[in-house]
Amino acid sequence: MKELLVVSVCKEKLHELEFVDPVTDILQGADINFFVRHYSKIKKEDLIHSNKIIICGTSLQDNNFVEDIKSFGWLKSFKKPVLGICAGMQILGLIFGGKIDDKGEVGFYFENFKKEFLGLNGKKEVYHLHNRYVSGWGRDWEVFAEGNEIVQAVKHREKDLYGVLFHPEVRNKKTILEFVKE
Amino acid sequence: MKLAVLFSGGKDSIYAAWLVKKHRHEISCLVSIWSENKDSFMFHTPRIEMTKKQAELMKIPLIVQKTKGKKEIELKDLEKAIKKAVSEFKIEGVVTGAVESVYQSTRIQKICNKLKIECFNPLWQKNQIELLNDLLKENFEVVISSVAAHPLDEKWIGRKIDGNFIKDVEKLKEKWGINPAGEGGEFESLVLDCPLFSKGLRIK
Repeated sequence: MKELLVVSVCKEKLHELEFVDPVTDILQGADINFFVRHYSKIKKEDLIHSNKIIICGTSLQDNNFVEDIKSFGWLKSFKKPVLGICAGMQILGLIFGGKIDDKGEVGFYFENFKKEFLGLNGKKEVYHLHNRYVSGWGRDWEVFAEGNEIVQAVKHREKDLYGVLFHPEVRNKKTILEFVKE
Repeated sequence: MKLAVLFSGGKDSIYAAWLVKKHRHEISCLVSIWSENKDSFMFHTPRIEMTKKQAELMKIPLIVQKTKGKKEIELKDLEKAIKKAVSEFKIEGVVTGAVESVYQSTRIQKICNKLKIECFNPLWQKNQIELLNDLLKENFEVVISSVAAHPLDEKWIGRKIDGNFIKDVEKLKEKWGINPAGEGGEFESLVLDCPLFSKGLRIK
């Protein structure tokens, strides 16, 4: 049976308690089968075995995943649904031709979803924890929310690739379940 | 990694310290903020002086920073203490026991980010009942040191966190919506013993 793959991008294992466990707790609570892999240990069989992927975020000072962006080359040809959270969204952006810029947001913010995005619509409170974001999302991507001159939520127009710069595991837990249901 | 734990003497900060140890990082020092403001949203105040004795039992140096506890100014005192930990103990990151409080965690995240050090919140978003059960599994002896929400009263002070306590707070959660681990400030706790202590702490 295929399972959802939860990808950790944390340099420190201790950070997984903060960035991966809250996501897996939501999946567990909804009886979703999943397995967790650090991005550096993903094998071809893991990608075959998975039905969907969630790429979690990491800490403000942890940017190792950017230096290792080649490890995510598989995303280009991956056909199954992917949700990138914060660092995960930055990874999607980099793989599909965007670039990283600096701008930090920490804490609760309101973002305006111009149309329905994984259960979010209109003005919604979200939790941010990032120093960087992706600019230069190409025409292949539809922007669903933009605030503080930063793209906050995107979806690929043809593939089921979703990116959110905020952390839905903190105040928008249903967004993760909507992705699982999609 | 060399880390400092923000230390109140309560269950969350000491359990976070235990997780640091289990992940084989070094707890280079503890940082305790002693606030004069009993209503501080930022810092735990009941029996805060016990942190000195607890740090001795853990054999870990303690940095104590006193503060008047005025909103936002108290953050400058926290930053001063963290800077001291960086300069004296060469720490590379700070650990907190934050579970749900975005108010506390965002302020600490911002200070660490400014100082370009890591911020770890190993209990972040953890289910509160699961957290209480983990304390029991890991042999933490914890008592309630103060209460601040109806229907908790003085009879709860000194009560040990055990299986019956967990059953009772689960009932109160259902009936009154209280946070079972006191995350909304409903109660504060004091750790009397845990695997990090060389021996148990006794109080009158």
